[in-house]
Amino acid sequence: MSSPEQWTHPEPDAAPAATAAKPTAEQVIAGLRATDEGGADLVQLLTPEGERVQHPDFDIDITPEELRGLYRDMVLIRRVDREANALQRKGQLGIWVPLLGQEAAQIGAGRAMRQTDMAFPSYREHGIAWTRGINPTELLGIFRGTDQGTWDPVEKRFHPYTIVIGNQVLNAAGYAMGQKFDGKVGDDEGEATMCFFGDGATSQGDVHEGFVWAAVYDAPLVFFCQNNQWAISEPTERQSRLPLYQRARGYGFPGIRVDGNDVLATLAVTKWALDECRHGNGPILIEAFTYRMDAHTTSDDPTRYRLSDELEMWKLKDPIERVKVYLVRQQWADHEFFEGVEADADKLGEELREFCTNMPDPPAERIFSNVYAEGNHNLEAQRDEFLDYVSGFAGGEH
Amino acid sequence: MAAPTMDRSSAAAPASPVQTLTISKALNMGLRAAMEANPKVIMMGEDIGKLGGVFRITDGLQKDFGEQRVLDTPLAESGIIGTAVGLAIRGYRPVCEIQFDGFIFPGFDQIVSQVAKLHYRTQGKIKLPIVIRVPFGGGIGAVEHHSESPESYFAHTAGLKVVSCSNPADAYWMIQQAIDSDDPVLFFEPKRRYYEKGEVDTTAQPGKLFESRVLRSGTDATLVAYGPMVRTSLDAANAAAEDGTSLEVIDLRTLSPLDLAPVYDSVRRTGRLIVVSEAPSESSISSEIAAKVQQECFYSLQAPVLRVTGFDTPYPPSKLEEEFLPDLDRVLHAVDRSLAW
Repeated sequence: MSSPEQWTHPEPDAAPAATAAKPTAEQVIAGLRATDEGGADLVQLLTPEGERVQHPDFDIDITPEELRGLYRDMVLIRRVDREANALQRKGQLGIWVPLLGQEAAQIGAGRAMRQTDMAFPSYREHGIAWTRGINPTELLGIFRGTDQGTWDPVEKRFHPYTIVIGNQVLNAAGYAMGQKFDGKVGDDEGEATMCFFGDGATSQGDVHEGFVWAAVYDAPLVFFCQNNQWAISEPTERQSRLPLYQRARGYGFPGIRVDGNDVLATLAVTKWALDECRHGNGPILIEAFTYRMDAHTTSDDPTRYRLSDELEMWKLKDPIERVKVYLVRQQWADHEFFEGVEADADKLGEELREFCTNMPDPPAERIFSNVYAEGNHNLEAQRDEFLDYVSGFAGGEH
Repeated sequence: MAAPTMDRSSAAAPASPVQTLTISKALNMGLRAAMEANPKVIMMGEDIGKLGGVFRITDGLQKDFGEQRVLDTPLAESGIIGTAVGLAIRGYRPVCEIQFDGFIFPGFDQIVSQVAKLHYRTQGKIKLPIVIRVPFGGGIGAVEHHSESPESYFAHTAGLKVVSCSNPADAYWMIQQAIDSDDPVLFFEPKRRYYEKGEVDTTAQPGKLFESRVLRSGTDATLVAYGPMVRTSLDAANAAAEDGTSLEVIDLRTLSPLDLAPVYDSVRRTGRLIVVSEAPSESSISSEIAAKVQQECFYSLQAPVLRVTGFDTPYPPSKLEEEFLPDLDRVLHAVDRSLAW
């Protein structure tokens, strides 16, 4: 670290020099904002143009049926996302958190998991929820304000959405430690945990502590960071001076940057990482290099902080189009297939609208229910007093 | 709340069930009994393994139960609490040690955002049977952050339960009952009283965890305290008795949920209440008690509820803690004011 004297008395005309420990500002920016390429270490198996490419370390054998399945997943979850966004605009949801642009990152990661694996999401993981078998209607209540997530996290092996940035990373580390303590790690039948968070979360202390915990306890945990380039209005260079996947090295485990808009590469890398973890070689960090094509939430206005050029450039890297091109070129799918997927999407959208507009408001008792597992007599008295007050109104309505 | 298993005798158990123990030894034995009774009970904290904890509360546990059940964790409190959440979801019953009261705040976010709310968020699908042990309070001549009384923050947070023991028998039983609870429990241990002794009957039927207890009957005024201030209040009652004043002393034991029925009953007889607590008075356990008692005992009160507490300042340098902490004289002074009202 340089001394204060050096800061106040710079060498005259000295150009900023890079050292091994300290890259120049230009290098940092170039490394981080390489949104064209994602950098030299980016793992990619399917280019934005739909060309299948080889990678020396990662590959995947994929059948036409499997790839059609991934395509269908991505189209359907994008439709869920667009419908929910529209439902917010119509006043049916209080807010929505769009995943547009991150379909490949989430479907690739989600489909790499086994039923016995566990997932800890942040709040934009609608695609992961889909792969865990959660009906998209179950996501709506959170954003309509009728509930805080209704799925059974134990049965689905999908933790509730976590809104406090980074909290779930420590919870996931603890769960993965439990998998190890239970003797469920060490062979091909082993269990693993995935934890999802964003580029902004990497600045949170809980994420760093999660890295430390998982590392020192050799926990079977895949840290899956979706770097969508923006934490609301703050670009990734506001969170880090080096590419995020390189942070893993400092904690003593591998970090890999994958093209998060490439469902094949994401699937391949995540499958590998999960297998490493279930064999006892965890943890592993995956940085899925992607882009948030819509706003942070429906309350956000991205035109205040980013240029439309950037958005236009990322449109060319669309995660769904490249798979469609490849399927067509390989003659793995025909017109009938694509029409069928569209029809399924239409049907799903309709179900979502129908479900959302008919969701009842929860009863007043819900305020007080399940605060404690074993009750609290003072809270019960408060509830009874309030319900008595409510029932004093005509017809018990308030 | 299921009563803890009565028979937790082991090969190491002494012949007589009644022993004279310090609070620290009673806690150690209570933790050991809980670990023997349930293999899912694990301990997590800084220096709790080989060292046995800076206060030796977990002494010998890692040696007997192994490193996978008594974890010397990395040095980060949010990590301790946050990973305990995941372990609890996985089916474990983690008992976390926070080394000192003033170090709980890095874990505060996990406690109030996840530990307190996950049962509610999931409508009971996730239970978090986590105990967070906190040595708390002053009087040991320590440096900053080692003498605080942060219990009100947690009592203010829905979803958490908060208790404090004041004597060895309660220490032995309450820690086991807290571990048996399916709700998260903040367990505040009176560190300045760790080495005070008392009788513990390991075969006795313990009282319920979330109940207050009358420790001394009296007729002229009521003292309510918890944790380290119970001893101070009992000493004050002894001193007052020499002057012919009869004080009733209630050990609160549970801070959330508060069990104030014994307090109401007492105040309806004595007409006077003094609440004693080391914590600053503003927006605290002591204010909550004052508010509830005036609501429930309005026509019985012969004097306003008075409070003898720490001051509304940060904890001072330790050379001033004798002035800061409620002591026998300040309690008796409040009794005099109440009686003269």
